[in-house]
Amino acid sequence: MLRTEALDKSFTLHLRDGLRIPVLRHVDLVLHAGECVALTGPSGAGKSTLLRALYGNYRVDAGHIWVRHAGAMLDIAAAAPRLVVQVRATTLGYVSQFLRVVPRVPAIDIVAEAARGMDPAAARARAAELLLRLNIPRWLHALPPATFSGGEQQRVNLARGFIGGHPVLLLDEPTASLDDTNRDIVVGMIRDARARGVAIAGIFHDTVVRNAVADRVHEVTPLLDAA
Amino acid sequence: MSEETLLCASGLSLRFGTVPALLEVDAELWPGEMLAVVGESGSGKTTLLNVLSGRLRPQSGVVWYRDPEGRLADVHAMPLPALRALHRSDWGFVHQNPRDNLRMGVSAGGNVGERLMAQGSRHYGRIRAEAIAWLGQVEIDADRVDDLPRTFSGGMLQRLQIARTLVTHPRLVFMDEPTGGLDVSVQARLLDLIRGLVSRLGIAAVLVTHDLAVARLLAQRIMVMQRGRVVEAGLTDQVLDDPRHPYTQLLVSSVLQA
Repeated sequence: MLRTEALDKSFTLHLRDGLRIPVLRHVDLVLHAGECVALTGPSGAGKSTLLRALYGNYRVDAGHIWVRHAGAMLDIAAAAPRLVVQVRATTLGYVSQFLRVVPRVPAIDIVAEAARGMDPAAARARAAELLLRLNIPRWLHALPPATFSGGEQQRVNLARGFIGGHPVLLLDEPTASLDDTNRDIVVGMIRDARARGVAIAGIFHDTVVRNAVADRVHEVTPLLDAA
Repeated sequence: MSEETLLCASGLSLRFGTVPALLEVDAELWPGEMLAVVGESGSGKTTLLNVLSGRLRPQSGVVWYRDPEGRLADVHAMPLPALRALHRSDWGFVHQNPRDNLRMGVSAGGNVGERLMAQGSRHYGRIRAEAIAWLGQVEIDADRVDDLPRTFSGGMLQRLQIARTLVTHPRLVFMDEPTGGLDVSVQARLLDLIRGLVSRLGIAAVLVTHDLAVARLLAQRIMVMQRGRVVEAGLTDQVLDDPRHPYTQLLVSSVLQA
């Protein structure tokens, strides 16, 4: 579903006299339908950078990111911005660590508007179902998530990520701020998605979660020594 | 996905005296897409908006607009009446100051209905019904339809301007700092309103703003301008999360975290 070829990525900090920080070098990653790959490595190794590059959020310096989109392999590292928008709409889903939305929009609408190919009523019904599965009680659905706890916001974010039913899903620390009960619910959702044939790549610091969902790991090694 | 651009500009340059306001600017817009133009004041973003919409003539460069029949028109070579007709029907312009667009001596409903009449609507009852429906879309109570805009708050005036602009179902809307100068509480509501209307009606828009958060929430693509040049362009989240040009890095790192 997704394959990278010799991916290179560095950051150039112009405000720090052009300091160049190499993060990824020659990354080759393959992701098949129905499998979950955990990106591992020490903090700062570039796991999030890789995940963001796969989503087209970070630009790469060299290499290719092939994604199966509309029946063909498309290199999103070279695709025009508006094509990347299309790929994200139908193929690539992404759950970030933090929810970023228009203020004052109710949680249920935030989730429902991420649904694809459903009429508004069906999308809202599905959104409510997902929120309830994620233990967000019905009385919170009509409230904007700005006042929610970190864990509740994270679960709204997850509902928004899962409602689209994308064939490829990228998860950045999906259980980071969740208690054990909710963590197990999310694990269940990831396993269900995997069983449906969704290809998943994610960062899971929690080893319990990682062991429960991942078929294999992809080690990201730091390029610059911390010392 | 439509492969044909709605608006396509290339090589736009314009100087005010010795000050370059636009330098070799290229821009493209596809149907149904929102493009944000960001940069600090004096970077040329409003000038670009005025040139793209035919309100200001560039010293060099060309702006092509594709009409609903698929014909290309050079915006700056069009006869003035044709350009005016375009602004009355296919296009809309949302000003930072709603008073620049509204007629302050005409009722709220009249302000909305006027655009319909300019398009040829004559049936008073239908115009009034449509005006009330549009006031509802922008969350202005129907019982304010006969009130004069000068009795409205700043946020209401901006919403009234949006209703007046969108009532003719334009294909393309130019917006100049639509949330500028409003209280943050009003801004949030307006942002959600603009986003909802634009996506529901499939309108394409060029949005000028100095607020990077507004650009992120509304626009799929972004152009960063500095001293008349486009220094960086691309997907909005890509440019804001992984800025490459020194000026974009400065802009992004200068935003206060609330």
